[in-house]
Amino acid sequence: MTSTPELQPVIVGAGPAGIRAAQTLAAHGLRPIVIDEAARAGGQIYRRPPAHFKRTPQTLYGTEAARAAAVHAAIDGLQGRIDHRPDSLVWSVQDQQLDVLHGPTQTTHTVPYGQLIVATGATDRVLPVPGWTLPGVYTLGGAQVALKFQGCAIGSRVVFAGTGPLLYLVAYQYAKAGVEVAAVLDTARFADQLAAVPALLRQPAVFAKGVYYVAWLRAHGVALHSGVRLVRMQGDERVRSVVWAESGREHTLDCDAVGFGYALRSETQLADLLGCRFAFAPLHRAHLPERDAAGRSSVPGVYLAGDGAGIMGADAAEWAGELAALTLLADHGVAVDAQRANRLQQKLEKLMGFRAGLERAFPFPEDWAAQASDDLVVCRCENITAGELRRAVANSGADEMNRLKALTRVGMGRCQGRMCGVAAAEILAHATGRPVAQVGRLRGQAPIKPIPIHLVPADSPTHEEVTA
Amino acid sequence: MTQRIVTDVAIVGGGIVGSSAALALRRMGLRVVLLERDLCGSRSSGVNYGGVRRQGRPISQLPLAQRAHGIWGRLPELLGTDGEYIRSGHFKIARSEADLAALEAYRDSARDFDLGIDILSGARLRAQCPWLGGKAVGGSLCMEDGQANPRLVSPAFALAARRAGADIHERTRVDEIAHDGQFFHLRAGNTLAVRSQVLLNCAGAWANRIAEQFGDAVPMHSGHPAMAVTEPLPFFMHWSLGVEGGSVYCRQVARGNLVLGGGPGRALDADRARSDRASMAALATQAIELLPVLRHAHFIRTWSGTEGYLPDRQPVIGPSRTTTGLFHGFGFAGAGFQVGPAVGEVLAELVSDGRSTTPIDAFGIGRFAHTPVVEPALAH
Ligand SMILES: Cc1cc2nc3c(=O)[nH]c(=O)nc-3n(C[C@H](O)[C@H](O)[C@H](O)COP(=O)(O)OP(=O)(O)OC[C@H]3O[C@@H](n4cnc5c(N)ncnc54)[C@H](O)[C@@H]3O)c2cc1C
Ligand SMILES: Cc1cc2nc3c(=O)[nH]c(=O)nc-3n(C[C@H](O)[C@H](O)[C@H](O)COP(=O)(O)OP(=O)(O)OC[C@H]3O[C@@H](n4cnc5c(N)ncnc54)[C@H](O)[C@@H]3O)c2cc1C
Repeated sequence: MTSTPELQPVIVGAGPAGIRAAQTLAAHGLRPIVIDEAARAGGQIYRRPPAHFKRTPQTLYGTEAARAAAVHAAIDGLQGRIDHRPDSLVWSVQDQQLDVLHGPTQTTHTVPYGQLIVATGATDRVLPVPGWTLPGVYTLGGAQVALKFQGCAIGSRVVFAGTGPLLYLVAYQYAKAGVEVAAVLDTARFADQLAAVPALLRQPAVFAKGVYYVAWLRAHGVALHSGVRLVRMQGDERVRSVVWAESGREHTLDCDAVGFGYALRSETQLADLLGCRFAFAPLHRAHLPERDAAGRSSVPGVYLAGDGAGIMGADAAEWAGELAALTLLADHGVAVDAQRANRLQQKLEKLMGFRAGLERAFPFPEDWAAQASDDLVVCRCENITAGELRRAVANSGADEMNRLKALTRVGMGRCQGRMCGVAAAEILAHATGRPVAQVGRLRGQAPIKPIPIHLVPADSPTHEEVTA
Repeated sequence: MTQRIVTDVAIVGGGIVGSSAALALRRMGLRVVLLERDLCGSRSSGVNYGGVRRQGRPISQLPLAQRAHGIWGRLPELLGTDGEYIRSGHFKIARSEADLAALEAYRDSARDFDLGIDILSGARLRAQCPWLGGKAVGGSLCMEDGQANPRLVSPAFALAARRAGADIHERTRVDEIAHDGQFFHLRAGNTLAVRSQVLLNCAGAWANRIAEQFGDAVPMHSGHPAMAVTEPLPFFMHWSLGVEGGSVYCRQVARGNLVLGGGPGRALDADRARSDRASMAALATQAIELLPVLRHAHFIRTWSGTEGYLPDRQPVIGPSRTTTGLFHGFGFAGAGFQVGPAVGEVLAELVSDGRSTTPIDAFGIGRFAHTPVVEPALAH
């Protein structure tokens, strides 16, 4: 039996998952360290604007205002009881110590941990379209961050395109904020959405919100198209129009900005550097760190919660964060409310049906790779095209992501594959005629994000095996 | 179902050494089977710094390095690709007069090998490399040395060997080797069995396990050079840089990124390694000292690899002490990329002619006959 003060938990990520985890640990008398890259806690969905911005939660979070307020209140209420470190990027880990870059002071230091809850959330899942690198083209999440965090829009006449729950939500938020939404172009078919209704009704409130956004947009004269294929975004200095195909006919629509994306992808690099075992998760169409139903990873002492271990949404993130904390405590001999843990586990399991419904309503466009033309830029850091990837497959038999990366530089730029990894895997799978599950995943490499070379701490290293 | 193959030569390991041996053997018309547990060129040979230099090598390695130099010059013809190999010049920096004297002494002792080494100092140094930080007092330039992209070169050797008719099996780990007095019998799980007259042990940092089995154990340990790369920067430097006495080395690729190495990384397990915190810190400090322009750059990625080191930092190249038909080629001490293609040719000569046209006496496994074998850390 370990007495609680000996526990040394660190939480990475202060989104709904990280915040609920912190709250749970604090409620059991611990003082966790919470490290987050953002300036203020809240995560992606409940991202908070800078402190001097004066918009109400209602304007910022709409239907989610109450939830946002609750999560913010939870973290604010922990002042003094947790060690919250904002503006802090975890860029590597070694010997039970996190490497942390503090943005404002541009310094790096290490943070030791005994137990770690990884709640690193998600970023947009990007499938490139010709013209996607034009100025004025944003991801859906990026478009939303601009609105939530800075209170500015990406343009004055905006097209939203792609698929996924965020598509209609962001369009709605933009329209409500007074921006002209030229159209919403969904690659999913209306029939997909209809077929998903039974599954989606497992979360009637969430389903109702989705229906509401669509109805609201329609009532306000926003053109909604489903079953489309994005053909290209065009413009010279900046995006000027979007071309899409619907029932075999091409359409062009003028705009000055585009928000696009295909749902989200988990941010898994830290779990990878920690040595967590990964497996392909068909529902998420991604390799994800394995976790048991209680939130344990394959590495003792490391727990996974929230979208970082599989996209399940904000409510699930809150439950999973609390559950991971309870599991951590129980694993270390602290008495916890086991019934509560069971209930959270059940809630999470029940959500799987709803989650499957979402995939059905907004299916991943599996024909994307087949339609990507050879000159389409897949990796924008290194300017690598679909054709170059296909040539590497044809000429050298590359059939695995890391080999493809080595041969072509795809995923070798600043983003390390966060933007292009999904698309490159799709191209590779298509080119080799194998399911995407079998092409592997890019191995994580430190630093998780680029770090300024001059602030690497100057310990005194030993010199041996110096070569070249 | 086990696939059974009978061949002349079996090679364990698809690094640059094993792959170039396979290519050379095919060019001699011998039947070759190469077994690689992972992907060819995915270990040391594909993740190294990419320095292709002769300068600074022990004099005993220069005949091999010269032979390799010739091969590097013919890559497009041999492999159908240049692997981004360029003779950009390799500049070894002196940070003191004593370092400079050491570089001059090296130039003199290597005189027979026609490396074309040129010592720079003073005004010439400042004129030719305005980007060098104040610590440098001079240096030694070998204009014909250079750099290449190991990620491209090493797999290309394997591909070329395959095109030349070598039977290459990737993702095929050799689990067992037996010798019946005449033939070697290799087994990879229950998928593949190979019988051959000759066996080449090109298993890199993992080669000692095979050597041991044949009574050829050597005191080899694993090392993990730390590597890092910056974001692309405006192009300013053609040369690949080293520093007399060690510390950092770096080169700038055409894309603009600087690749840096120096100091030890760390093993994650017997097969995998990473750069580590301390080595990155040292790399950063030394790199900025050497190239002040790096002060505002970012590291975007770090990595390491697993390489075999023998006490004298020389490789083992040549026949087994105990078993006819077994030849070793391993233990390159963090410097086998440049010589790798020549080692492959030498091994092929040993197989076909029983002797090498390039002197390899310094690399005989017999030199460890009286060294007590210490259990190598993590060499398994
Ligand atoms: C841009 C964006 C907008 C979204 N908007 C909505 C929305 O409006 N409605 C909705 O239902 N869902 C939205 N989602 C999905 C939503 O993010 C999740 O369902 C929910 O926020 C998940 O909570 P979480 O705690 O798992 O992760 P997040 O809320 O994503 O929080 C993760 C936190 O971890 C931090 N972090 C990650 N890596 C590191 C690191 N290495 N070092 C330090 N900190 C790190 C991040 O900065 C972030 O603050 C959005 C997602 C994204 C990416
Ligand atoms: C980070 C780093 C930087 C370096 N920088 C330079 C440099 O700048 N210049 C230079 O000249 N040299 C450099 N070197 C050294 C150079 O990379 C190596 O000496 C050279 O690549 C060794 O080639 P190899 O074929 O012997 O070994 P490897 O490339 O390691 O190949 C051995 C292969 O054997 C396989 N294998 C092992 N056991 C088995 C088995 N049982 N069955 C099947 N396959 C097996 C392995 O998977 C591996 O692919 C560096 C090395 C490292 C690690």
